[in-house]
Amino acid sequence: MPYTKRRRLVRSAVALVLGTTALAACGTESGDSEGGSGPVSLTYWTWTPGMDKVVDLWNKGPGKEDQITVTVKKQASGDTLITKILTAHKAGKAPDLVQAEYQALPTLVSNDALADISENVGDAESSFADGVWQQTTLGTDAVYAVPQDIGPMMFFYREDLFKQYGLSVPTTWDEFAETARELKKAAPDKDLTTFSASDSGLFAGLAQQAGAKWWTTSGDQWKVSIDDPATRKVAKFWGGLVKEGAIDNQPMYTPSWNKALNTGKQIAWVSAVWAPGTLTTAAPDTKGKWAMAPLPQWSAAENRTGSWGGSSTAVTTDSEHQRAAAKFAAWLNTDSEALNALAKESGIYPAAKNAQTSGAFLKPPAYFSNQADFYAKAADIAETTAPSAWGPNVNVAYTTFKDAFGAAAKNKSDFGAALSEMQADTVADMKKQGFEVAR
Amino acid sequence: MSSLAVPQTDPVAGSTPGAARGRPPLRRRTALIPTVTLLLGALYCLLPVAWVVIAATKSGRELFSTFTFLPGTGFAGNVRDLSAYRDGVYWQWMGNSALHAGLGALLSACVSALSGYALATYRFRGRETIFSVLLAGVLMPPVILAVPQYLLLAEADLTDSLLSVLLPQILSPYGVYLARVYAAAAVPADVVEAGRMDGASEWRIFTRIALPMMIPGMVTVFLFQFVAIWNNFLLPYIMLSDDERFPITLGLFTLLEQGANSPALYTLVITGAFLAVLPLVALFLVIQRFWSLDLLSGAVKS
Repeated sequence: MPYTKRRRLVRSAVALVLGTTALAACGTESGDSEGGSGPVSLTYWTWTPGMDKVVDLWNKGPGKEDQITVTVKKQASGDTLITKILTAHKAGKAPDLVQAEYQALPTLVSNDALADISENVGDAESSFADGVWQQTTLGTDAVYAVPQDIGPMMFFYREDLFKQYGLSVPTTWDEFAETARELKKAAPDKDLTTFSASDSGLFAGLAQQAGAKWWTTSGDQWKVSIDDPATRKVAKFWGGLVKEGAIDNQPMYTPSWNKALNTGKQIAWVSAVWAPGTLTTAAPDTKGKWAMAPLPQWSAAENRTGSWGGSSTAVTTDSEHQRAAAKFAAWLNTDSEALNALAKESGIYPAAKNAQTSGAFLKPPAYFSNQADFYAKAADIAETTAPSAWGPNVNVAYTTFKDAFGAAAKNKSDFGAALSEMQADTVADMKKQGFEVAR
Repeated sequence: MSSLAVPQTDPVAGSTPGAARGRPPLRRRTALIPTVTLLLGALYCLLPVAWVVIAATKSGRELFSTFTFLPGTGFAGNVRDLSAYRDGVYWQWMGNSALHAGLGALLSACVSALSGYALATYRFRGRETIFSVLLAGVLMPPVILAVPQYLLLAEADLTDSLLSVLLPQILSPYGVYLARVYAAAAVPADVVEAGRMDGASEWRIFTRIALPMMIPGMVTVFLFQFVAIWNNFLLPYIMLSDDERFPITLGLFTLLEQGANSPALYTLVITGAFLAVLPLVALFLVIQRFWSLDLLSGAVKS
């Protein structure tokens, strides 16, 4: 049964690319029984801290007028939440609203879990950059979610130590490699950064910057291009640095990584706009000593970045009040009061363009108090985010990445072979799930 | 591993191993290799515990910067922060865990005692079949049942409730198995027969005669099930969506996985994990005295 159902979905998704509106049937067939009025209560699964306070604003303000009450049920983030949503969906019991990372949307859509809310979100589209909005439409005429936060990637470095060792901030990846080598010469026990094989999202973002499009549809079929020239370039670059010992090969987000950042053993970090929050706990002693710069480029003429993280608010097909839920999702992510509260209570970096340089983002984050124009710069960088292309089994690709690249990084062996393995496993899994995959 | 140790008499079922009053020992070659192996094993098990205890005393600033086994100064602050997190939801999780584990283990022990006793005492058709199915159930990890159980309970509209977590954990194949083995060893057929001769009803025989004899075994079942429910993650994870109903395992998980743009609350999680172990330790210490009953119980001499 899932076989035919999924095939149907791929077909209809593809049909949408061609400009028809076949999928609209999928979204509304489950019925939007709210038709008239009457109080509506919605449940919302989210992992964002402080979301209950933001939702209170809705329940006391616009929600009260419309008699739409939203209840937050706080969840843990990550792939496990997708499994939980899909399990609940199987029983017809998914909540009305869910928070979902962009790369999870195709998985949810191909399982028919997300409703098409294109008719109920008004002109929300105008609040977001094209590349961001495109992630919630999956390139179709449907709209499966409203963007909430984004994670444009940036380069973070220890300003004081760069000065001490006479390093300049790299603007291209070649310079980045040179910088790593220079540092090794000046201070052999230090590393510029590490290649973390446990952070698939980071690698995906770097590949995205290089122009990779891992999943695309053509005709009736999916095409998987994980092992494409752009990604191979990225893999070869980092594999080379690890092999020659110019950078470390230990994973991030471990106690020893925290220690390395806190003591200045690692002096830079390729990360995203949310880095200040992580650094605050990982390296509390180096507050005010860091600075942010755009990600190095593959050629001096380019100006692009990838994204690492970011999530959206989606309405499920199980919801009996899809229109009300969509209304809330649009308010949450485009209303200036809501966005201000999200920034203040939850510390998110908003996807909505005008919120990126107003309210809480007029001042730099406390950790970067030395860089007054932090958020102005961040908004400029966000503007340059390359389009992303997610598929229905990102989790499988990510798992293989961790295994294959983990082993390769540890043994300092060939990253190319690891990349081929990632491609092969992803394709095999898609075929097993019943998707048609082009060669 | 213990083969080098002094040979023991056959332990009576249910007796504490090692406490067997044996023949006079063949005098004391201290077995070096087993002792060292066991000591290493103990060290291996206790080191992470020591880490948790010490890390719980460190403030966020000290956690990753000071020497691993050097106690910090932040314990009171950590507990305060933990209690303040979302208006003390941590203690609610602790209460939920206690409720799930306490009630679940008690009911499970009752069900196990009843069915174990029935399987051990009565002869009826299908008894061996039931027992074989039970054995198969012991081999089946409960984890793989969580999703089917969710789908079933969703049919009955019971998900996201206390019942949804309790029901699947009340019937523990292992508990029933243990109760049957224990009842077979601790409740002699003669005693049951004597009760019947005196005209006691079957229920009375069970509650007044058999159950007291089975208590040490049931305490074991209770304890096993308590620990299993306390540590269970997947079942409540699938069943519950309201974080005020979460047990401690789920709650701590939500503290760790807060999304990329908010840092994991390591100090809170570590302190929370440390505090969550304390009730288990206390339970073991308190319940130990029931185990010592073990040696005294038994109504007939063999």
